[in-house]
Amino acid sequence: MAQHINKIARFHSLTANRLLDGEPVYLTGDNGWSEVLTDAVIADGKDEGAKLMDIAVQAVKDRHIVNPYLFDVDVDGDTPKPISVREQIRATGPTVRLDLGKQAS
Amino acid sequence: MYRYDEFDHTIVKERVTEFTGQVKRRLAGELTEDEFKPLRLMNGLYLQLHAYMLRVAIPYGTLSGTQMRMLAHVARKYDKGYGHFTTRQNIQYNWPKLKDVPDILADLATVEMHAIQTSGNCIRNVTSDQYAGVAAGEIDDPRVWAEILRQWSTFHPEYTFLPRKFKIAVTGHSNDRAAIKMHDVGIIIVEGENGEPAFDIYAGGGQGRTPMVAHLVGEKIAARDLLHFMDAIMRVYNMHGRRDNLYKARIKILVHALGAEEFARQVKEEFAKGGAGDDLKLPDGEIERIRAYFAPPAYETLTDSDADYEKALAEDKAFAQWARTNLADHKVPGYALVNVSLKPIGGIAGDASDAQMDAVADLAETFSFDEVRVTHEQNLTLPDVKKSDLYEVWKRLDAALLATPNIGLISDMIVCPGLDYCDLANARSISIGQMISERFADLDKEHDIGELKVKISGCINACGHHHVGHIGILGVDKKGVEFYQVTLGGSADENAAVGDIVGPAFTEEQIVGAIETIVETFVANRRDGEIFLDTYRRIGIDPFKETLYAAA
Repeated sequence: MAQHINKIARFHSLTANRLLDGEPVYLTGDNGWSEVLTDAVIADGKDEGAKLMDIAVQAVKDRHIVNPYLFDVDVDGDTPKPISVREQIRATGPTVRLDLGKQAS
Repeated sequence: MYRYDEFDHTIVKERVTEFTGQVKRRLAGELTEDEFKPLRLMNGLYLQLHAYMLRVAIPYGTLSGTQMRMLAHVARKYDKGYGHFTTRQNIQYNWPKLKDVPDILADLATVEMHAIQTSGNCIRNVTSDQYAGVAAGEIDDPRVWAEILRQWSTFHPEYTFLPRKFKIAVTGHSNDRAAIKMHDVGIIIVEGENGEPAFDIYAGGGQGRTPMVAHLVGEKIAARDLLHFMDAIMRVYNMHGRRDNLYKARIKILVHALGAEEFARQVKEEFAKGGAGDDLKLPDGEIERIRAYFAPPAYETLTDSDADYEKALAEDKAFAQWARTNLADHKVPGYALVNVSLKPIGGIAGDASDAQMDAVADLAETFSFDEVRVTHEQNLTLPDVKKSDLYEVWKRLDAALLATPNIGLISDMIVCPGLDYCDLANARSISIGQMISERFADLDKEHDIGELKVKISGCINACGHHHVGHIGILGVDKKGVEFYQVTLGGSADENAAVGDIVGPAFTEEQIVGAIETIVETFVANRRDGEIFLDTYRRIGIDPFKETLYAAA
């Protein structure tokens, strides 16, 4: 799997795909899962990131999600903004079909 | 067309039941994701950026109207109203839900379709020439042999856990439309003893991060020995292929490491051992039984020219433009091959809506003996259309937005899904294809440029065949930003070649301009009758480097 975090990046959020339909979801501050990236909780530094991953590992066991990973974000107030094009596209949908994916709803 | 026998029906049905149980156990927590992943991959089910992706097999790219209608049904009922035809002549759905996949496979099984051999480290769905059985000058129908290879390879226990995936392509024509030299094994049918078909067998071709053109390892292999010889290749590979390194596990690496001559020697030695002996010799009766499924349809006896067709050509310029690019010669007088472009200007290469699939199914049933082909260049072909029906077929294709007159021209690109869909991609490719297509949208300009194959991949895995594009474009990631590397002079035909990297990569903003510069350089240097590839081979890469990077 591709590397989604850069060594020097400070802030991360955690994403995964929902088991039932593959929808990208984001770990929220109350340990829930949201389809909306801006709901994602932000980890400041490595240790906080590892804690998010612990929660995700349990969610994998509980069959909510698969394929969890941390990714780099910029922080705008309390809101995470994805840095990579990949995560921007996952958070919205195909750039060539604006009628599909999260951006459509 | 081939019709499933009781064995085929049974194995497909049993596979649906088996996978239905596996999905149920996964959702009930009895299987972990690590346990389930290899099982779903054996059934064509991937996890991509936005959703799961289901790849459905279209063996050697041949399907009936009923099967095409089923593909439309799946798109409509379980997906988002479209599918994506791939370079392996298959179709992919981008949005299926895991819980629906057993139902999708059950629906597909009702028309003899499935997702077997579309992923995993097995012998994949065998591909072939989209003009199989109908092209003038063909030595033998490759579908017969592709079907025999399908029956041999499906669920073959010895080849279920190969070091890596294994792709085979077959052609019966000296004009290679199936890119056979870029496959793990490529087979060309040649004339053997007593007019019998025989096989020249190439091994060790492939793309990805180490592109290689295949080497001839078996010459004029007799028809009866095809499976025996394939077994010898597979055994040498299975024995010595590297399982320790994912990137060195394909047969091309083994052939390269041993040297083609030594590899061929080992295959011949294995072949001489006799393998499974007479069990693997194809009985004449079996070859003929399978051949009968591909018997030519009941063609009418016609003259080659048709007055109504000629009249329409003279009177309707748009029809004439389409006929010029999208038709190919048929072996039977009065008939033509109709290429259905899935490359509308500014559209998404290889995508077709459910309504378009239904329209093609209608046309196949009404005008083409109920048969459709999928091409590895992500278009469709109606193989058997009477010339007298061409004008009507064109009108109906046009109404379904399927009559773009651009087969073989610059806007007829192979484009992988790229970062808009694919989990492996580093950069977008569809959007680059759209921009190039729009830049060269002027049809007269496209015709003036002539045959030019542009192929775009969003990562080094090369699903978009960039290595063998006359112009190849590879998307790369540089610190989170998309860049595009250009190769020139690649080719996937009988003179297969891997393209040369022209220089430093271009940004998203620069890439279309760079392609335009390359085309202008070609036009300025070409001689009468030359296509891009001819000129490139004559003048080399330097004039292109100069015009591309002169300003820098």
